Amino acid sequence: MSNAFRIFPEQASRNAWNVDALFLFEFLVSCFFVFLIAGLVLYFSLKYRRRSDDDVPAYTPTSTLLELTYIFIPASLMVIMFFWGGWIYIRNKRPPANAMQINVVGKQWMWKLQHPEGPREINTLHVPVGRPIKLVLTSQDVIHDFGIPDFRIKQDVIPGIYVTEWFEATRTGEFHLFCNQYCGDLHSRMIGSVIVMQPAAYQSWLEGRTADEPAAVSGSRLFQSYGCATCHGQRAPSLAGLYMSLVKLNDGTTTIADEQYLRESIVAPANKLVAGFGPIMPTYQGQLSEEQIFDLIEYIKSLGAAMDNTIPGASAAGPQTRPSTQPVNGYHPDLLLNQPPAREPPGSNQSPLQQDRRP
Amino acid sequence: MSSIPYIPAEFDPPARATYLNAGHTIRSWLLTKDHKRIGILYMVTITLMFMVAAVAAAMIRINLLSPAGLLREPTIYNRAFTLHGIVMVWWFLVPSIPTTLGNFLIPMMIGARDLAFPRLNLASWYLFTISAVMILAVLIFGGVDTGWTFYTPYSSLFANTHVTLTVAAIFVNGFSSIFTGLNFIVTIHKMRAPGLTWFRLPLFCWAMYATSVIFVLATPVLAITLVLLAVERILRIGIFDPALGGDPILFQHLFWFYSHPVVYIQILPTFGVASEIITNMARKRPFGYKAIAFSSLAIMLIGFLVWGHHMFDAGISPYSGLVFSILSFAVAIPTAVKIFSWTFTLYKGSVALETPMLYMVGFMGLFTIGGLTGVMLATLGLDVHMHDTYFVVAHFHYVMVGGAVMGYLGGVHYWWPKITGKMYSEFWGKIAAGIGFIGFNLTFFPQYIMGYLGMPRRYFAYPPEFQVYHVLSTAGASILAIGYFMPLVYLLYSLKYGRDAGPNPWRSMSLEWQTPSPPPTENFEKTPVISQPPYAYDLQSPMGAPAPVVST
Amino acid sequence: MSEHLVTETSPHPVEHQFEDRYQQKEASTLGMWTFLATEVLFFGALFVSYTLYRHQYPDAFRQGSLELKWYLGGINTAVLLLSSFCMAMAVHAASVGSNSGIIRYLILTIAVAAIFLGIKATEYYIEYREQLVPALNFSLAPPPEQQLGALTASFGRFDRWLATRLHAEPLPDGPRSPNEKLFMLFYFVMTAIHATHMIIGIAIMLVLIWMARRGKFSREYHNPVECFGLYWHFVDIVWVFLFPALYLLRNP
Repeated sequence: MSNAFRIFPEQASRNAWNVDALFLFEFLVSCFFVFLIAGLVLYFSLKYRRRSDDDVPAYTPTSTLLELTYIFIPASLMVIMFFWGGWIYIRNKRPPANAMQINVVGKQWMWKLQHPEGPREINTLHVPVGRPIKLVLTSQDVIHDFGIPDFRIKQDVIPGIYVTEWFEATRTGEFHLFCNQYCGDLHSRMIGSVIVMQPAAYQSWLEGRTADEPAAVSGSRLFQSYGCATCHGQRAPSLAGLYMSLVKLNDGTTTIADEQYLRESIVAPANKLVAGFGPIMPTYQGQLSEEQIFDLIEYIKSLGAAMDNTIPGASAAGPQTRPSTQPVNGYHPDLLLNQPPAREPPGSNQSPLQQDRRP
Repeated sequence: MSSIPYIPAEFDPPARATYLNAGHTIRSWLLTKDHKRIGILYMVTITLMFMVAAVAAAMIRINLLSPAGLLREPTIYNRAFTLHGIVMVWWFLVPSIPTTLGNFLIPMMIGARDLAFPRLNLASWYLFTISAVMILAVLIFGGVDTGWTFYTPYSSLFANTHVTLTVAAIFVNGFSSIFTGLNFIVTIHKMRAPGLTWFRLPLFCWAMYATSVIFVLATPVLAITLVLLAVERILRIGIFDPALGGDPILFQHLFWFYSHPVVYIQILPTFGVASEIITNMARKRPFGYKAIAFSSLAIMLIGFLVWGHHMFDAGISPYSGLVFSILSFAVAIPTAVKIFSWTFTLYKGSVALETPMLYMVGFMGLFTIGGLTGVMLATLGLDVHMHDTYFVVAHFHYVMVGGAVMGYLGGVHYWWPKITGKMYSEFWGKIAAGIGFIGFNLTFFPQYIMGYLGMPRRYFAYPPEFQVYHVLSTAGASILAIGYFMPLVYLLYSLKYGRDAGPNPWRSMSLEWQTPSPPPTENFEKTPVISQPPYAYDLQSPMGAPAPVVST
Repeated sequence: MSEHLVTETSPHPVEHQFEDRYQQKEASTLGMWTFLATEVLFFGALFVSYTLYRHQYPDAFRQGSLELKWYLGGINTAVLLLSSFCMAMAVHAASVGSNSGIIRYLILTIAVAAIFLGIKATEYYIEYREQLVPALNFSLAPPPEQQLGALTASFGRFDRWLATRLHAEPLPDGPRSPNEKLFMLFYFVMTAIHATHMIIGIAIMLVLIWMARRGKFSREYHNPVECFGLYWHFVDIVWVFLFPALYLLRNP
């Protein structure tokens, strides 16, 4: 992020190379056509300039061959551009499975970023070099846009929806982070920086940030204080092993319990009811901030994931995470089609929720 | 010997009844139903609105001289760029060519006495003026700060500026557009002179026809979208606000369903002007009349299907992204056809580089750059990086200022002798065109570079490494301002001191030049009968000399 | 009217820009069709938004439909079709040059349109009493029956009786879904815009009646009545789409 004069942005991610290669291709094609048109116009204007006011040029018939040429050549070039650009776009929509997830909340006018290990940052993001980073983004208020030009990524951040983008930084340093969607008075102050570090340096940075508790721990605290455990596991579905499982809804459809589904079930529980349960849960719209919803989701994820064996360990302050293969209270076995394998010794079929409610 | 109709200026009888001396009272202007006078009323109104928006542009450029923002208050800057966008789009670019040159020329080009609905035409101007007063009232009350795109939920529930009055103004403005488009469609369909078949229509009329279809079909969608926005804002009910169950992306879909076609409302008329000026200045039939005519319709049709390319980053599904991308590429094909057709029209022509032609040469170069950068933005993988940066700002200004405004200025110069009967100074005209071209490139080319570097749009303050480009841009804008101010001076000067132009100073074959300048109120003494294809400069007229028009 | 080239022999004015009355007639008819194209897109955007939200919140929108009095909407559909019939008769009277026929049938059209608006207003009143009006008094809990007033309460009883007789799904008890508000909003916006079109239409009919009283129309010149007929039938057709979309789509 040096302040030196530049005409081309730094290439600091894998994606940057892809985008720049396509850009240079289109730039050269554009140069060719600009010089072709400008050259022809100037050449014709001078060569055939009017020499007498009574000049009347003869009729020149239209050449269909020429017309087809200037339709066909640009069209075929654009087909190349379309597939090349589409490939980059689709690739950018799919984070690799091993990506490290960071949750991002945009609000007027700051970025709140949260690492899985606990550190919470504002307007600054520390990441290790050479590791895919997946961002899950949402907005607390209006539409923002999370863009890092030197990584060639950008994504509108929309209230009420989780969107993702990902990158893999290829060089260390400090890079601009911009809000690109106009969001009110201090839109231009909604900027920050991404600090890319060597993995070892990142590790020691993490270790220096012990003050922040992991999101799952904050989430479990919220889970307690809002009294969620009163129902979940009894009159409401258990949450163990829910994340990324296939949930059967009471209108007969099924859905994957991803972050978007979990969020919706917190703010608008009546929209997608689990089969066999009534609309008894009140909405938490407006009562929880987006960060708190992220915390709750992290907590639910810490209770086990259906398709994922790695569970971020909750600290001692948090609940024991004991996902169960056994049907838990109120949860019909067929609802959990993708049960995670048991991580605890068999026999311990007590749900963490019940454990939490123990005096 | 020549087939080019040429009537020397001194042959014009001096004391003739023209539309200009048909009445001298203010009342005779404000209650006129003459399409030519209404065109001039529009010209005055949009020139005033252009100045308002230009002042806002000047504030933007001055503020950005310093990385910290010279205006000190981001709220002022945000209001300035919003006002600049709103006024330029709805009170200058959209009405620019259609309501002035279109109003003036369509009946004359098709040999009619007036548009089909003259009263409706006057009503359109009144609606337009009322809407202009409303938007000026917004300015006086303190402005609006949402950007011209009004993205929800910011505009509906967060902005505490005069959003409701602004959208009301645009709503009224929209009806003015709809009525203008309706008038043009009916006129071109039903009022053509005998013998003037569709394929003998001047290409300007084809372009205006395509424009009018967009006016009629896209504007109502904007109207209802703004109604919903106002309902959400006034009643605080979630139509677009996710916290209340609404969908903010739906607003973007509806908004761009209008606002993408609207850029074709702005550029298609310029294509029409270019076809007229280039054929005349080269004294050639266009290279591919039907290709140019049908490409206008193709642009209009495909233009309705590409709105999603404004939302590649907005969380739409990747597959709809692919569809919108390929359709956006598709719209570049008819545009390329036009550019190449104009270029090859010059081949073996007799090219006169008069002022209007200089504007057209500039337009072809700048629009090619603007169009090709548009192709880059239609590329999914590139748009993600360029979206909402100065690259988009530069692209938009290359097609709108380098395209639409250049076309408007070229057209005003070209038809000025017809409208006023006076010739402006060629010398100053050429100088102004040159200054405008240089100033434009200096203003907007640096914005491409800083856009690719990542400079976001609508930033009041910015990291210092972008400063050098902003300073260049502001310097260019000052030159551009001179290039725009000069025509105002010498054109107005020519009204009093210019020499008489005569009916046909460019020795054109088109119908509007086959009647005195300025034209009489009824346009033609007798309804003309057309027996030739348009632009048939090479055809020896059967009558011998001047007229391609046979009067009955 | 000042530009009409009215001569002693021709009582049928042709505006100066037209060659003859055929051109004038064709132009005004095409103009009206073009305007109706605008209107189609105007209502079309509303219908698209409504459909998207209906797709997003099917249950809430279905419940919203159940709140509406479908039989009142049905009666109104019949009433509006009747007014279209009267309008067609007025256009027929115009085509045979009968000014008195125009006046008679336009007054009938207005009267029938007034019945429509009256029934619509009654519906609005009932929905107001049932606390269904967003931004005004929408509440998630339906008000108890004793607060409804005699008219609204009796409609409520009739609703339930009708549902049992027809074995139709009754309005479920208990609180309303929050997104029902969105349905009611679309209901009010769409029907209000439709009603606005009708009120504008009634105003234009009054002008046409005034013109007919002065004997303006004849067998040769009656485009205003004919073009207005197109407008009136269009407003009718919009309702024909609104009615099923809002009232009748109530089954899962």
